[in-house]
Amino acid sequence: MFEILQKEMLTPTICRMKLSAPRLAAAARPGQFLIVRADEKGERIPLTISDYDASEGTVTIVTQKIGASSADIIAYEPGECFADVVGPLGLPSEFMEFTPEKLGTMRYIFIAGGVGTAPVYPQAKWLHERGAKVDVIIGAKTKDLLIYKAEMESVSDNVFICTDDGSEGFHGMVTALLEKLVSEGHVYDRAVAIGPMIMMKFTTLTCKKLGLPVTVSLNTLMVDGTGMCGACRVSVGGKTRFACVEGPEFDGYEVDFDEAMRRQGQYKAEEAEANEKHVCKIGRGK
Amino acid sequence: MANKIPRVPVREQDPKVRATNFEEVCYGYNVEEAQREASRCLHCKNPRCVGACPVNIKIPEFIGKVLAGDFRGAAGVIAEDSSLPAVCGRVCPQESQCEGSCILGIKGEPVAIGKLERFVADWSHANGGSGAVAPAPNGHKVAVVGSGPAGLACASDLAKWGYSVTIFEALHKAGGVLEYGIPEFRLPKEKVLAKELEEVKRLGVTIETDVIIGRTITIDQLMDDEGYEAVFIGSGAGLPRFMGIPGENLNGVFSANEFLTRNNLMKAFREDYLTPIHAGKKVCVVGGGNVAMDAARTALRLGAEVHIVYRRTEVELPARVEEVHHAMEEGIIFDMLTNPVEVLGDEKGWVRALKCVRMQLGEPDESGRRSPVPVEGSEFEIPTETVIMALGTSPNPLISRTTEGLEVTRRGCLVADETGATTRRGVFAGGDAVTGAATVILAMGAGRTAARAIDAYINGK
Repeated sequence: MFEILQKEMLTPTICRMKLSAPRLAAAARPGQFLIVRADEKGERIPLTISDYDASEGTVTIVTQKIGASSADIIAYEPGECFADVVGPLGLPSEFMEFTPEKLGTMRYIFIAGGVGTAPVYPQAKWLHERGAKVDVIIGAKTKDLLIYKAEMESVSDNVFICTDDGSEGFHGMVTALLEKLVSEGHVYDRAVAIGPMIMMKFTTLTCKKLGLPVTVSLNTLMVDGTGMCGACRVSVGGKTRFACVEGPEFDGYEVDFDEAMRRQGQYKAEEAEANEKHVCKIGRGK
Repeated sequence: MANKIPRVPVREQDPKVRATNFEEVCYGYNVEEAQREASRCLHCKNPRCVGACPVNIKIPEFIGKVLAGDFRGAAGVIAEDSSLPAVCGRVCPQESQCEGSCILGIKGEPVAIGKLERFVADWSHANGGSGAVAPAPNGHKVAVVGSGPAGLACASDLAKWGYSVTIFEALHKAGGVLEYGIPEFRLPKEKVLAKELEEVKRLGVTIETDVIIGRTITIDQLMDDEGYEAVFIGSGAGLPRFMGIPGENLNGVFSANEFLTRNNLMKAFREDYLTPIHAGKKVCVVGGGNVAMDAARTALRLGAEVHIVYRRTEVELPARVEEVHHAMEEGIIFDMLTNPVEVLGDEKGWVRALKCVRMQLGEPDESGRRSPVPVEGSEFEIPTETVIMALGTSPNPLISRTTEGLEVTRRGCLVADETGATTRRGVFAGGDAVTGAATVILAMGAGRTAARAIDAYINGK
């Protein structure tokens, strides 16, 4: 059993939890993810790792309430336990293999969308600590949905905010802000986009236009997360790849986003039915 | 004459009824039936059945005890060689092993060894289990990767000899393919598998779930940091294969692994579990092995019309005879000599049909089977909502890529000698991780062989 040590609502629908998972915490690296199964009857839900601390044996997850299963996860309180927390899954980010010299010269721009901002944090932190230049764009629909602003400030050179409705920062999409930054003379060697599939698709198109290489982190459907089921398959460069063991990060230029988005919705009908029947556990007795 | 008694038929759930539920198909023998069947054994001087069993269960000896009414004694005889008798009695391909070599089978029906094994194991579980206890520890630690048939067999033997054994399981439940792959109607999870796992734990084996070797911790760390003197890798089959035809990433195309894992491990067939599963009104399962039969019969129970699409004929189906028979009884439609060439989708990217070509059997290939060749111009479409690919698996690279000095074959399987020793000192392997997809009992046999090699290795250090 994996105890929830801390819980904090970052927005009314986005929740941050610190969990006790010593083996996982010791092995986790930027770019990897984990799977949570709240209880015996729950789904196995892949979630990004937004921080880890090997010495205290903890990992931090950030979850957005979307369907029945994520609502169940968010309903847990400190002192309670998840049935299963397993990982780290997937490959660490590519820059983990760069030499210190190379890292010191790299200029990164992270494009973070919504709840996808959380997994950017360990990547930015890791790079910033090793002397890379790190700028971060955080985008959200509106200012109440912005997360990780202060955290990101502490691990980057510049944080740029944008909201779809203009309630905070730049008024517009992350893609428009990225173009603006580049046109103003900001120079980057690589972009990393993490967020909703549609955002990663359009960010990749913008990066292509700007001639900027871009890495994306694909949040595909998964069951086991170890390569066994193949639910996570994506077309990358015309080849079928398993996001759980060969990803989750891929070269954005090569990803077939339209197929990935379509495959993500494969269980929509079943999920809608489940949401209708679902009895929320918030307020359940202990 | 004992052998004049006809083989005692086993009672089964009516095919029409069972096609709509996930309850076990076969009811098994009762005491009277078991003893009548046991009386058919000739007690051959050189029992060929024992040699044909991958774990060499002393078959005539346990059958003798069944006849004498000593069921606990019979369970004890089986337990000397097998840690999963209730499982093997249900899923072993007996027709090509023990029963396939029974003398009675030459002129008539062989002794129903599998059903007798199952009877004994179920009797034992229903009557308090074996009562086995963990022996005195010998002070040595061994790690086992994977809690499927290979890992459980290896761990059980080592535990009986006093080793302190920890099994690391990547999933949240122990059992490997017995849990995620084989459906409830063939192998009940709580009633049978959980009981067998209890027996393994009674021997002192620890099972740690949610640990992925190669990700959560490496084999090197187990040996260098956690003090394990030897490691057995029984990590199983791996990544599902697809055909490489157009349209395989359309919505509604699943691997059998995904379909079965959702249904079995995640219990998607039950209303009260959250994991979704999609079968639809019509399903095509591509492949002819046991996994294809399991996927097909699962889809049927979820309410679909199901076709098995296989490129050879019924004779060449690699599945157990009993599974094919059961599938046919339940109303699965067998489209033989049919090979998919493309999955066709609708405007929203969902499967609408499977485009196939008719095949005919040509010359025998190296396996001795007549290889199918396409009939030119015979393309046709099978309208379907779902396509399930049951084409076997390729090895999972998680462990081989993260362990120093562990060699793999050209096909990615772990290299191991006949004792199970890999190219890395102190690391042994067996089961599907070494051979590619095979059977439960062959994996158990490999686990037992490796247990002996591990014992010899640690004693010789």
